Amino acid sequence: MSALTETTMPETTLSADAVLFETLLRVGDSALILGHRVSEWCGHAPTLEEDIAQANVALDLIGQATLWLGLAAEVEGAGRDADALAFRRDAGGFRNLLLAEQPNRDFAVTVMRQFLFDAWHAELLAGLAASTDPRVAEIAAKARKEVAYHLDRSETLVIGLGDGTPESHARMQAALTRLWPFTGEPFRGDATDAAAAEAGIAPDPAALEPGWRARVEAVLAEATLTLPDTARFRSGGRSGVHGEALGLLLAEMQFLQRAYPDATW
Amino acid sequence: MPHGETVDRPATAQVWAWLAELPDPEIPVISLTDLGIVRDVAWQGDTLVVTVTPTYSGCPATGIITLDIERALRERGIGKLRIDRQLSPPWTSDWLGPEAREKLRAFGIAPPVPGSAAMPGAARARSLADGLSVACPRCGSDRTERLSQFGSTPCKAAWRCRDCLEPFDYFKCI
Repeated sequence: MSALTETTMPETTLSADAVLFETLLRVGDSALILGHRVSEWCGHAPTLEEDIAQANVALDLIGQATLWLGLAAEVEGAGRDADALAFRRDAGGFRNLLLAEQPNRDFAVTVMRQFLFDAWHAELLAGLAASTDPRVAEIAAKARKEVAYHLDRSETLVIGLGDGTPESHARMQAALTRLWPFTGEPFRGDATDAAAAEAGIAPDPAALEPGWRARVEAVLAEATLTLPDTARFRSGGRSGVHGEALGLLLAEMQFLQRAYPDATW
Repeated sequence: MPHGETVDRPATAQVWAWLAELPDPEIPVISLTDLGIVRDVAWQGDTLVVTVTPTYSGCPATGIITLDIERALRERGIGKLRIDRQLSPPWTSDWLGPEAREKLRAFGIAPPVPGSAAMPGAARARSLADGLSVACPRCGSDRTERLSQFGSTPCKAAWRCRDCLEPFDYFKCI
């Protein structure tokens, strides 16, 4: 399946549990993959405070992923657990947003990616906290309190660095231009999303865009950054069509469990 | 009661008292019950069920806490024990009582400022630190500033006193 055929997929015939499972993978995988990306900064961040902050954000995201994927495994009922889902799927099985897998590059890209993601994540979790499935709602209610701190930090940094020195401004603008094509995907639903929204399990992705856009525009304006006018949005992550970056990330993240299956210590 | 002695269904109040002696693994100056993460203690037949909620989703202390509870209660002679995880209602720093807050302050950690919990949504202030007055746990000065929203554990933020110039941990509201 290619990204091009995604929108012409036949009507879903997924069962209610299959829709829930797929929805949980989409939410959990984005948290897991961004959590891993952010953890790559551990020991390398430009200041001690930022190193600690990155590690904490990564920890929150990976903790949330553990809850989402744990529930996914329970719903699937195939004997897998959160670790099996995290460490034993290939890239094509991952359902994360392309934005989450984008490489860290410099600190500007890392910060901008975090802000664009956090602003979406906060909207998503607010919707999921109202899910008709209480297991989904309780994870979201917990995660959104943590994400409020992520967003507070990332927007403070975007403003500080955007409206900072000529060098930091230029890097933040370049980061925004680089990442903008990945900001259409979070709001483009497919048949699975429609089924999940219909069942009241998750919000309709498109419904999250106005809140996200209002916040992003306000923060970027304060940061003196210019919104790119590109319309070449990229998508495919939520149906398993990823870029090269995810394969490289998984090669590191999954190495131990792949090389030494069932290793314990 | 001597450790290791088998007992027959001790009262839940007794179990709460035992749990109150268990220190938090990362902030040992307060106990697990001070932290508010033990949500319930109940007997289901001959099985003792202790319900625990995590502070943060990814808090690495959660696993240690479960082990600590299990070990402590087995040492007290509880044979049949189950530890349930409960996510809802989500843990909040509001569950730290006045005594726990004083213990934190005495230890050098500024306790959470009541009413400043992270409130996602429209009501949220521009920055969670705006208008937040955190007193320095060392000199008591209110002239303090936030260095980072995150600190040495998931539940803390990094602050600095502008009078005594000492950096300190702030147990953040959530």
